[in-house]
Amino acid sequence: MNINQTNEGTKLTLAIEGRIDTKTAPELEAVIRESLTGIESLVIDLAETVYISSAGLRTLLIAQKQMNTQGEMTVTNVNSDLMEIFSVTGFSDILTII
Amino acid sequence: MKELDIEAIRDNLGIVTDFVNEQLESTGCSMKVQMQIELAVEEVFVNIASYAYNPDTGPATVRVEVKPDGSAVMITFIDHGIPYDPLAKADPDVTISAEDRQIGGLGIFLVKKNMDDIRYEYVNGSNILTIEKNL
Repeated sequence: MNINQTNEGTKLTLAIEGRIDTKTAPELEAVIRESLTGIESLVIDLAETVYISSAGLRTLLIAQKQMNTQGEMTVTNVNSDLMEIFSVTGFSDILTII
Repeated sequence: MKELDIEAIRDNLGIVTDFVNEQLESTGCSMKVQMQIELAVEEVFVNIASYAYNPDTGPATVRVEVKPDGSAVMITFIDHGIPYDPLAKADPDVTISAEDRQIGGLGIFLVKKNMDDIRYEYVNGSNILTIEKNL
């Protein structure tokens, strides 16, 4: 997994490339915990994400809960396989997917 | 039928998924089905690695069997840890808001949703969980 961070003032985009699984989710969680100070808009770009497991969902939920206290979070470029996982777990209602 | 005996630790997840994917190669299943199986394998194996022998570690066996007519694959996970029936746990409420959501608890639910059948038994000190996917 690679995380490409783009910071524009109070807006942070995290473009995630590869897999968000048991092995890689802790790295994403660390980036989220370290990078959200002063951020009002967090964009999670999943265009290059090919796989997500419950460990990844857990991390997105942590990010969403944090952003609920300080701004907004959107998830973009979700492919149909990932969307199915978001749908069955109800994450399609929790996340703002555009 | 192929079997892999391996220490049930998270670091071995890649070896387990590689082993399963190798067995799936000959079936010509779609990328989507392969991903669903990989997801289920990750969730089950990580569960065993996290809880079966906690706080120690122990062995697990992963068995992959493709039906002779190629219509389905059965993957069986065997461990000798504490008796644990993942199917006995109630499904999480997937309709509640982010604030009220518990962090975690979705793993086995994802297995149920992505597989066509899932069976558990406890026999002679072993947890035996079999997941089945139509190909």
